[in-house]
This record gives sequence, C-alpha cells and structure tokens, in this order.
Amino acid sequence: MADITLRVNGSEHKVNVSPDTPLLWVLRDTLELTGTKFGCGAGLCGACTVHVDGAAARSCSTPVSQVAGKNIITIEGLSTNGLHAVQKAWIAEEVPQCGYCQAGQIMEAVALLAKNPQPSDDQITQAMSGNLCRCGTYERIRRAIHRAAGTGGAR
Amino acid sequence: MSPLSRRDFLTAGVAAGAGLVIGFYLPHGAPRSASDTFAPNAYLKITPDGKITVVVARSEMGQGVRTSLPMILAEELGADWKQITIEQAGASTLYGDQTTGGSASVRTTWDPMRKAGAAAREMLISAAALEWGVARSACKAENSSVIHTASNRRLSYGELANQAATLRVPTDPPLKQAKDYKIVGTAVPRIDTPSKVDGSAVYGIDFRLPNMKYAVLARCPVIGGKVAGFDDKESKKISGVSYVGKIGDSAVAVVADSVWGAMEGRRVLNVQWDEGSNKDLSSAGIMDGLKKSASDKAAVLYAAGDVSKTSGRRLAADYQLPFMAHAPMEPGNCTAHFQGSSCEIWAPTQVPQDVRDSVASAVGLDSEQVKVNVTLIGGGFGRRLEHDYGVEAALVSKAANTPVKVIWTREDDMRFSTYRPASYHRLSAALDGQGWPVAFSHRIVMPSINIQKGFPAEDGTDSEVKEEASFVYAIPNTLIEYVMTETPVPLGWMRSVNALQVGFASESFIDELAVAGGKDPLELRLRLLAKDEDLNGWSTARMRGVLQLAAEKAGWGKALVPGHYHGIACFASFHTYMAEVVEISMENDQPRVHRVVGAMDCGQVINPNILEQQIQGGVIYALTNALRGQITIDKGRVVQGNFDDYQPIRMNEAPVVEAYFVQSTEAPTGAGEPPVPPLAPALCNAIYAATKKRVRALPVVS
Ligand code: FES
Ligand code: FES
Repeated sequence: MADITLRVNGSEHKVNVSPDTPLLWVLRDTLELTGTKFGCGAGLCGACTVHVDGAAARSCSTPVSQVAGKNIITIEGLSTNGLHAVQKAWIAEEVPQCGYCQAGQIMEAVALLAKNPQPSDDQITQAMSGNLCRCGTYERIRRAIHRAAGTGGAR
Repeated sequence: MSPLSRRDFLTAGVAAGAGLVIGFYLPHGAPRSASDTFAPNAYLKITPDGKITVVVARSEMGQGVRTSLPMILAEELGADWKQITIEQAGASTLYGDQTTGGSASVRTTWDPMRKAGAAAREMLISAAALEWGVARSACKAENSSVIHTASNRRLSYGELANQAATLRVPTDPPLKQAKDYKIVGTAVPRIDTPSKVDGSAVYGIDFRLPNMKYAVLARCPVIGGKVAGFDDKESKKISGVSYVGKIGDSAVAVVADSVWGAMEGRRVLNVQWDEGSNKDLSSAGIMDGLKKSASDKAAVLYAAGDVSKTSGRRLAADYQLPFMAHAPMEPGNCTAHFQGSSCEIWAPTQVPQDVRDSVASAVGLDSEQVKVNVTLIGGGFGRRLEHDYGVEAALVSKAANTPVKVIWTREDDMRFSTYRPASYHRLSAALDGQGWPVAFSHRIVMPSINIQKGFPAEDGTDSEVKEEASFVYAIPNTLIEYVMTETPVPLGWMRSVNALQVGFASESFIDELAVAGGKDPLELRLRLLAKDEDLNGWSTARMRGVLQLAAEKAGWGKALVPGHYHGIACFASFHTYMAEVVEISMENDQPRVHRVVGAMDCGQVINPNILEQQIQGGVIYALTNALRGQITIDKGRVVQGNFDDYQPIRMNEAPVVEAYFVQSTEAPTGAGEPPVPPLAPALCNAIYAATKKRVRALPVVS
C-alpha cells in the first residue's frame, strides 16, 4: 500500500492503495466516480477511457502510480459548466442504447476533437475503433462527432 | 387562489356535483391532505404538484422500455410528456410476469398500460366534471389538463389528483383511436439519454451499499467440474482480502474491500478441481454428434403436402452454426445483503421474480423474505435471463456475513456464460421443370435450451423451437422437423434465440434454390408469398410487404458500384416481419459490409427513434454473430476469454444501417430480436453473389 496523490477533475485526492491498482478501480471504488466503466480489464474495449493530461487513456490498464500528479479527467468532470459540446451532440443524435460504453466513447471523441477539430470519416473511424459498443451505436456516434465538430450530420 | 383554498374549493365542488358519479363519497368537511396521491392502479401516480410517475415493470437494458412503455400510458392518459417521470419496479406481485425477453415488453404491456392510462383519464375527467357541475361529455383531457370546452375552464391533473383519488376506477375505459395519437408514434427523446452521457446513470455494477465488500469467484474451468480443495494462504496475504470460501460445489469466492483486492486474491488462489466427466468435450466432437443425430427421430414442426411423394430436380445441403456468447458490455454483477431472515438484492436482471425465487431457495428463505431491486442494465441480449449472478451474490453475502457485490470479469463472462446452441441443419428440395420449388424440407438438429433448463417438453419437443422456426413460404410440399439433442454445454436464450440458426439455414438454402432454378432471389420469394394467406401462423402479405420495402429502398436489381454485390433474406420472428438487403464487396477474400437496409413490420410503431436504434443495433449484433461470433470448447473448457479472441464488430467494420418500417395500426409486436435472423443469410447470399461460393457454416471468418 502507498499514499498517492491524484488530481481528478480538478481536485486533489490522497488515496492509500497498492501502487499497481489500475486507475479504473481507484476512480470507481475509492473516489466513487462510477461513470468510468469496466468492460474488459485488458485495454480491448475502451469503456474505461479517461483523459490523462488531455490524452485518452485506458484506465483499466494504467497503474495508479503512473498517473500520480497528472491531470486526470473523467466523464463526471468533462465540463465544469453544464454539458460539454460533445455530450450535447450525443443527446441530439440520441446515441446511447444501454449506454454502458458511452462514457468511454465520449471521452475518446473529446480527445479526438481536441487534436483534430474537424475529423474526416476515416479519421473518426481510426480514432474510435478501439471503443466497442455491443448495442451497435457506431453510426450515431459518427454523426454525433460530426455534429460536435460542426461538420454537419453529413455522411 | 392558494393551493389550500384550491383544495377546499375542489371539495365543495365535489359535494355539489356528487350525483354525477356512481360510488363517489367524501367525508363531510374533510379536505384530503396535500400529500394525497392519485394512484388508480399499480402503474401510475399523480401528485397534487402535477408530477406524473409511471412505473416500468420491465428492465431497461438499452431497448428503451423506460421511454416506450410510459409513452403508451401517457398517450391514453392525455398527459403532457414533459411531466412524466419513471419509477423502476423491482420483483413484485402486482404486474404479472415481469420477464423482459422475447421482444415482448411492448407487445405484452400494450393493453395494460393503455388501460391504466385510460382509466385514470376517465377518472380525471369525472373529477373535473363534478367540480364544474357539468356533463362529462362536455369535458376533454389533453396535456395533463381537463378542459371544459364551452367555458374554456381548465384544471390540471395535479389540481384534480385529490378529487380523482376518491372516484371508482372504471374497469373497461374507452381507448383512443390510432388517428388521435399524439405521443405514440412520435420520436419522443429517450428519458434515460441525459444520464447516460453525463456519467450519472447507475448500472448494477455502480450500485453501492455502505460497508459493502467486493467478491470475485474462481469457477471450475471445465464444464460441470467441482472444487476438490483449495489453499487460500497466498490470497489472504493480499491487502484487504477478508474471506475466502467455497460457494456451491464448483466455485470459491474471494471477498475483499476493493474489486482489485478481490481480483488479486483470486489470482494467487490455489484451487484443485475435480474436472468431472466433460474433460474431453470439444466443439468438433459436439458437431460430429449433431451430424450423427441428423437421422434420429424428429418432431414435425410444420408440414404441408407430402415431401416424400415429390419428383423433380433434387437439391440438398447441410448447414452448421457454432455456440455463441451474449457478451454484453456490462459484465455480470449483483449486490446482495443477507441478514438472517431477509435478503435484499440489487441486480441488473431481466427476470427479477426468478432471481427472487432462486435466491430464496439458495439461502433458505421464503420468496417473500427476498427483495429484488432492478438496476439499469448495460446490455442484456438474454444473458440476464439467467439467475446465476443473483444466487452467487446472495450465497457470498450469507457465507461472508457482509453486504457484498459480486463482479464477473470479462473472462468470467465469456467462459461461464450460457451459450446460443450450436446446430446442424439438413435441407433438401425439389424444383419443377420451370425451376420453381415444389418441395422443401429442413431438419433442425440442435440441443434444446428449455429442456436443459428443466422446462417440460410439449408433445415431446421444445415448443419454443417450433415458434421460432417460422416457415412462411407456400411451397406445396414442406416439412420442417426438429431433432432435439442434449449437450452438457450450458445453453441460454441469446438475442433472437433459435430463429438465428433456423433463419440462416433456411434463407441461405432458399437462395440456393433461386440460383439452381435460375430465378432472382427476390422474385422467388415474392412468388412463394404471392397469395394472401395465413401460413403456419404468419401472414404472407406482411412478409411480402417488408421484402418489397427493403428491396425498393436498397435498389435491388439496380446497378451497384462495380465490385459491390447484394444479398437478400427475410424472416419472421417474435410476431414481427423483417427483411434485409446487405451490400458487400470482397477484400482479400473477406466480405466488407457497406450497407444494410432493413425493413420491419411490427404493427403500430411506438417510437420510431427507438425502433431505428433497435434495427441498427440488431443488425450490428447479428453481424458479429455472422462474421466471428464463435465460442469453441476444448478439453471441456470454453476457449475464448476476452474481446481479443471473441471479437465484436467495431466502427471500422460497421456498415451504414438504414431502418424502414411499415406504417401500421396492428397491435405492436417485438423489435429487439427480429432484426437479427435475416442478417447472416442476407450477408452470405451476397457473398455467393460476389464469389459463387456458398457459405454453409458460421462464422464467416474463422
Ligand atoms: S475496460 Fe479498459 S479497455 Fe476495456
Ligand atoms: S450503448 Fe450499449 S454498449 Fe454501447
């Protein structure tokens, strides 16, 4: 066990956990931020995606000791005033079905748009293909990203 | 007017008009309290502040029941949709069978939800009529208010709640005509969407109790094996591990104060397994067994004419499908708190009542002592029709004497699931001189889910297979038969259940007949459906309708981009008709699916947005099944473990899915499962069109 200081959604938290604990479980069990989901535990589905210093990261495969002091953002902290533009686009396109994968999808999409504000269809496909959705919402995800990017609902 | 005087006024008004309603009574001078709720039935509550709560007695797993079912009630109620909030029912005795499955939620709640809304509306109208001292017929209900048209007076449902609560509940209220619908049939935004994009939605895996512990279980990797012994020395060294113990015959639970602690404790746990009698079981052996059983005695599911007396050009082909796993995104989990004479459960379940009863018998309580709460579900697809996770959680809570959440890892989910049955299909047919089929037989060889689970056979067979083997073509001599086999592999109902296997074999073989007879596959199907009739319980006209709609929207028969090919298939299941056209090209010998056009006839559409989601989702789910959805058994163990060796479709392989539906005022039927069966045959028929190679075994990519 070790004392680790985490910076999550803008506030500092001291946690006492074993240093190899994946960030995912510290977020969910210790900090009670359950918006970040467990899907595979192996970096294969993207349900656990958060931002570490602005880049999308799979929290299930990130030992908590590696992110001490870094700026971690989860779905709960994506926006400090109301919903983020990407979340609004998700609502407008009615993307979620079961919704379980969607926090991860949104975090991935926000990271994509931060790097590439107007991604093409191919660039969206490339960025989003690490995120599984068993409910098959891919087409609406694509539309929502275009909407958030202001590139229209165009396909 | 203050709320209080408003109520006094209402009471006075009621007394004056009491003669208008039979059975009306209010104690003199006793206005009802402000907390009084109008709850004319178990589905609906209206409070004086105008809040309308609709109870949803089905489980939300993505299919939209928390929106579509309240829409049905709200329509008849004449409610303002914006005032509706929902409450999730747990296991109860008030709502009949609460199973969420068989694409049945809308179909089976259509009448009770409509009647619940209509009864309340009639009572609210009576309350207002009494209040105004006018005839009921002079009043109408709309937007959560009753309006007296002549005087343009208006009272809101909240204002009428107290009063309406005193009235008799009508048993047979009049129902609206479809042409008057304002909510049903519109794309009302889903109630659950905002909470699913801001991270606030609480799924089973997110639920927590104070002082709750977490558990994972080591289960015997060999199907049917048992725990022979275990050594927990290393597990107990892991920080936070508080309990290690045997659960049932075939598992050992590790309980800790964090999920990670429990997982680590299990990683170092040393269990000796008694592998039992299935340790040599393999998929190849199971498929050989099915093949051998193909000449065993069969039950007749549907027969017309006499296939043995037909002549003509004969064709035959065998088809086969593997086991498949549901793999919903939210892995199995359940929270339980056993407290001696009671047990409370929080479960992402499709069967709260079954969980209640199984938990009760597992921990030695009566059903009334078990309370089951239904959480939001991160994908069901039939996996949560099982009760294993509920029973496990209750047993662990009892054994470790603590509130506990049992979590399954993805590997647990993949390896200890219940699987879509593997199947073998023997088909044959005869064509006449013009190439039209005059005989068609299909022998389905498959283990029965229901018999394995202990449900009784009906007429010596599994009646669910009969229902899902929905042959609807008018071929003069037809024989559909089922050879019911057994397997030790645990079986479960997976999205579209047996209809997927039957549909793949049957609709692929119909394509073979079209090719052999020199017919266009659409033309052949339309000819076999040409006469309007009820065939085998299905309407040929409705099947024709979806085929024509899908073909027209897809541009069937028109020129495609060079290198692109179409395949078509249709199948009826869960009281719904579905046709799909798949457009592919071949890249490095593998199909690339560009576009799928789906057309559905499910009667009255409740919410076109949710229906489109179901069609899009069903097609993508079915595409995974068709391309790579294979569970194999080796040495009695499930081989696949995670999304690297069981690979669902990702965005880079997802086609554009266009959803169309027939405008209809027939009673609504299922939508979640019917999009699944036509996909694999339509895909493989397109592969044939592209390559002249017939795919007779799934998965396509192996
Ligand atoms: S849970 Fe982290 S990638 Fe799947
Ligand atoms: S919405 Fe259910 S897994 Fe994506």
